[in-house]
Amino acid sequence: MQDTGKTLPLGTLAKGTRAEITALDENAVKTPLPKGELERRLIEMGFVEGAVVEILHEGFPRRDPIAVRVADHTVALRRAEADAILVRRLDVQKAS
Amino acid sequence: MSDDIPPPRVALVGNPNSGKTALFNALTGSRHKVANYAGVTVEKKEGNFHSPAGTRVKVLDLPGTYSLRARSPDEAVTRDVVLGRMDGEDVPDAIVFVADATNLRLALRLALELKQLGLPAILALNMMDAAEKQGLGVDPAVLSAELGMPVVPTVAIKKGGIQPLLDQIDRTLQVAESEGWAVRRTECGWSEPSSHQLRDLTREVERILARAIHAPAQPHMATRRLDKVLLHPFAGLMILLTVLFLMFQGVFSWAQAPMELIDAGLAACTDWITASFPDGALRSLVTDGVIAGVGSVVIFLPQILVLFFFIQVLEDSGYMARAAFLLDKLMGGVGLHGRAFIPLLSSFACAVPGIMAARTIENRTDRIATIMIAPLMTCSARLPVYTLIIAAFVPDHDVLGGWVGLRGLVMFTLYAAGILSGLLVAFVMKRTVLKGAREPLLMQLPAYRLPHPRNVLLGLYDKGKAFLMRAGTTIFALMVVVWFLASFPAPPDGATDPAIRYSIAGAIGHALEPLLAPIGFNWQIALALVPGMAAREVAVGVLGTIYALSDSGDSLRGSLANVLSHSWSLPTALSLLAWYVFAPQCLATLGVVRRELNSRFWPAAMFVFLTTLAYGAAFATYRIAGWMTGG
Repeated sequence: MQDTGKTLPLGTLAKGTRAEITALDENAVKTPLPKGELERRLIEMGFVEGAVVEILHEGFPRRDPIAVRVADHTVALRRAEADAILVRRLDVQKAS
Repeated sequence: MSDDIPPPRVALVGNPNSGKTALFNALTGSRHKVANYAGVTVEKKEGNFHSPAGTRVKVLDLPGTYSLRARSPDEAVTRDVVLGRMDGEDVPDAIVFVADATNLRLALRLALELKQLGLPAILALNMMDAAEKQGLGVDPAVLSAELGMPVVPTVAIKKGGIQPLLDQIDRTLQVAESEGWAVRRTECGWSEPSSHQLRDLTREVERILARAIHAPAQPHMATRRLDKVLLHPFAGLMILLTVLFLMFQGVFSWAQAPMELIDAGLAACTDWITASFPDGALRSLVTDGVIAGVGSVVIFLPQILVLFFFIQVLEDSGYMARAAFLLDKLMGGVGLHGRAFIPLLSSFACAVPGIMAARTIENRTDRIATIMIAPLMTCSARLPVYTLIIAAFVPDHDVLGGWVGLRGLVMFTLYAAGILSGLLVAFVMKRTVLKGAREPLLMQLPAYRLPHPRNVLLGLYDKGKAFLMRAGTTIFALMVVVWFLASFPAPPDGATDPAIRYSIAGAIGHALEPLLAPIGFNWQIALALVPGMAAREVAVGVLGTIYALSDSGDSLRGSLANVLSHSWSLPTALSLLAWYVFAPQCLATLGVVRRELNSRFWPAAMFVFLTTLAYGAAFATYRIAGWMTGG
């Protein structure tokens, strides 16, 4: 709760966490895509500043990929790419 | 309308999972055909219907997409058609934009992009029934005013559910006609948006939604509850494995009866022709070439239909995306994309539809890796060969305290060997020739829906037709070539050996013999491998001919097993099994790879690497087995 204001990459969050997107930064991750492509794809899937996200499910093994609820829909993505989405935690349901 | 004016064309555009295909089916019923766009292996679905005003309208189902900036060959087709850049395709006269009413955010952003094209457009709020059940209150009039295009609610799977859309298509086309189809232009108002412009569009969507929606849709609770189990890291994977097992079981057991029926039908056909026509080259071509050859492919139709039935149901229900989610990390271990699992699964029936199913993989490198290992999944054409050799050489013992039969265990080992070597090949390829990080996974997990029987049946119909067309063209041509090689020249008078020994195929078999001797193959096997190129299981029939057996079908296998167990050594038999795990000699597979990847290099590479693996594995098996049996 005390770190509510801090900005974190979405890929580091655990299942059950709710957060608000503060920025997109594709330079923070390694991607095979041309410059600017990952950011635009993320926006097209609804990952924009201000959107509220919640991590619903984690894959196996290593809790990857993750299923993220964005507004009204759910998107599956890998943690590696989720790190390009910077978020501010809204609440923590479980201390982990 | 007079006949010389081409009918107006309407294109369906929308996000994946928006129910676009269901709407297409509701509009056209079975009055549609599936073909390919010129130069690309993307399916083109076109149909027609009569509007309430009596106009014949052509309708085109374009691949689902989230944006006009295409990510995959499929999405590129959608962009090129609506922009009029597609060779051989005119710009559509109107666009019906299909939006899942429960999921408007992503849809409206694309709708705004499409609006820039300046084409007459209609927004179909599809799945309105589900949206209302979830409590969505949306005002189509406000939406229409904000978007600047007519908005009609539709329920594609309900009778009468598309009437408002049909009426609106009439109105839109009338307006377009009265304006002299002014929109058939070359310039268009779309250019690839920057991330700034995309953000602006997103903000615009939020503004529109705030005005048009007075009651937000509640989350689909059944989906959330199901996903808790189906996406659970452990339970979810176990359920997926169970589903795959049932599918597998279904493919082999449900298809049994119809396959036997086809087999009997073909045999009756052959008998009738043999009895009614004089012996000669033509009769031989029809019976041994056409019926035997094409028949050996058509016989897999039941299995392929059962397989596609499962795939279609899983796809329509929304489970397929979950399967890709569950397997993404595991398959990522060897560098494969989560989506690769459907093509690989299909390959257990036949590699041809499997390779075609790889179209859904966006990234070309990922797609090539998947296609290259598809033939390593044991297809059902290899079963007759496995069954024959196992029956001849593996004693019918129980092992592990009576729990498992030795024969079943050998069969399982052969399947496992195929899968493991496939994963190994993928692993090596992704680290050498097909380097490059995996394409990002950015995939919507749609709400679960009950598959609609009409959509499943129409999907099956298209798939079955595509398979038969292939059997009727490519494979037919190959069969005739192989038949020719195996029949000419005819044996000299007074020949004692089977006729095929004197043919070109026989000569090839003999030429290959020294090459195959180190892996324990005799000339009979070498010879059987040549027609086996057309279809693997044909090898069984050829062995029957060579060992001068006149039986057919199961009795052939029975007596042939008996003969083989006396004339082959155990190392030779095991070596042939090892060879068939890799079985590089399926021309239909190589042909479809050439077509799908539009390349001569990849089928050649596939042939070389599979042959090398088959030879290496057979060599090792022969030597080790020889050493162990003291030979």
